[in-house]
Amino acid sequence: MTREGAGVRVTPSRQAFAAILGKDLRTELRTLRSLPAMALFAVTTFVIFRFALDRTTLSGSLAAGVLWATLLFAAILGINRIFVSEREEGGFDAIRLAPIDRTVVFLAKAAALLVYMAVLELVTVPVFALFFLDSAAGLAPLALVILLADVGLAATGALISSMAVNSRARDLVVPLVLLPLVVPLMIAATGASDPLLEAGGPAYDRFGTWLLTLGLYDLVFLLIGYAVFDFLLED
Amino acid sequence: MYGKGLRALSIATVATLATALVLVFFYAPLDADQGFIQKIFYLHVPLAITALCGFIVGGVYAVLHLRTGDRSYDARSYVAIHLSIIFGVGVLITGAIWAKASWGKWWVWDEPTLVSFLIVFLLYATYYPFRYAIEDPDRQARYASVFAVTAGAFVPLNFIAVRLAEPLIHPRVFASTDGGLPGSMQLTFLVALAGMALLWLTLVRFELTAKNTSAQVRRLRRALEAPQEPRSGSRIAPELS
Repeated sequence: MTREGAGVRVTPSRQAFAAILGKDLRTELRTLRSLPAMALFAVTTFVIFRFALDRTTLSGSLAAGVLWATLLFAAILGINRIFVSEREEGGFDAIRLAPIDRTVVFLAKAAALLVYMAVLELVTVPVFALFFLDSAAGLAPLALVILLADVGLAATGALISSMAVNSRARDLVVPLVLLPLVVPLMIAATGASDPLLEAGGPAYDRFGTWLLTLGLYDLVFLLIGYAVFDFLLED
Repeated sequence: MYGKGLRALSIATVATLATALVLVFFYAPLDADQGFIQKIFYLHVPLAITALCGFIVGGVYAVLHLRTGDRSYDARSYVAIHLSIIFGVGVLITGAIWAKASWGKWWVWDEPTLVSFLIVFLLYATYYPFRYAIEDPDRQARYASVFAVTAGAFVPLNFIAVRLAEPLIHPRVFASTDGGLPGSMQLTFLVALAGMALLWLTLVRFELTAKNTSAQVRRLRRALEAPQEPRSGSRIAPELS
């Protein structure tokens, strides 16, 4: 705002984005604070579902439900922590001092979450298929559904996490607010996955409609995050 | 300044609601299918419409708060959402009663409008724990506004997703362009809707007036340097300073 007016050079957004995303991924790679826990959580949850549902194979809506519930709760573990280092180690102060457009922080954090989710799913979806599915034929189109749903989860996750990290009860606020917010996303994701995981091979029942819904959700929450993020860092 | 016109508004609300009740019970015809229980429609649907519009109004005030930084908009946003949540409880209860009467069950999952409303209600119910987990008053107001904006945009999105998920069995009274309602029912419904909207507005105004008055009393007391009494009322609601 006034920064440009004062004649200070603003770091180009692309550069700032790459710097923040690179920093986050490097930190995660060196400390491994979130991803192994997320993957382990997901695999253990599959085992619990195997006994809770008393099934050794899953198909259709049951398979889609188990997969998405697990991925969602594993994602919450990562979402909970995405801003913690910024708060505890002074990252927010540095970002406020840096001559960058602050919405870049939102986009970089969402991108980091997207990468986390992608890595998580590269590990857990094959495990899921191995544990429960008869054939892996549905996995290729499923990847598209997963990607679109991940974008929505990353956008809402980065937004809610940035709000929750400054509150007293971060661990409580993230799942509390995020879960109702992602219900439409889960409806669309499970709706699209359900026919893909059918026992008789993948079907494409209303596939396009669901993908459109996912895309709409992603777009709306990316735009909202972009619009409001400035207010969350103001202090 | 908030109290101006409050008496006229209250009288108008009572008159409209009384008229609506008279119309519901003595003027609107009995529904051929559902009989007497259909009359809960005149309570349930106006409540739902008012609550949803109230959520949107809360979002609009939140946008104004973020744009102007004026804390009184945050108080309005809070009161609008607060009352809409209370109306929302009414929607869910009357909806359950109607569902029991017409479908034989208290809760029906393949019923998109009720389910959408439940999800929206659950999201807004997290407004309080979220808001009061943040201590700094300025930040609390700002974050609550961000929440209200996000949730406001979520409302239509949610209705789209849930509607796609389920076949339509909700009594779709406005499905066709002519409303599908006989004129007498439509008139009754519109009066009931106006009464409910007025009720919401009156309650919002009352709560804002109360907040404003207590803030003023506090200010005056501080000016007189009288010993402060412990604050009464809810410690957590946003206050005008």
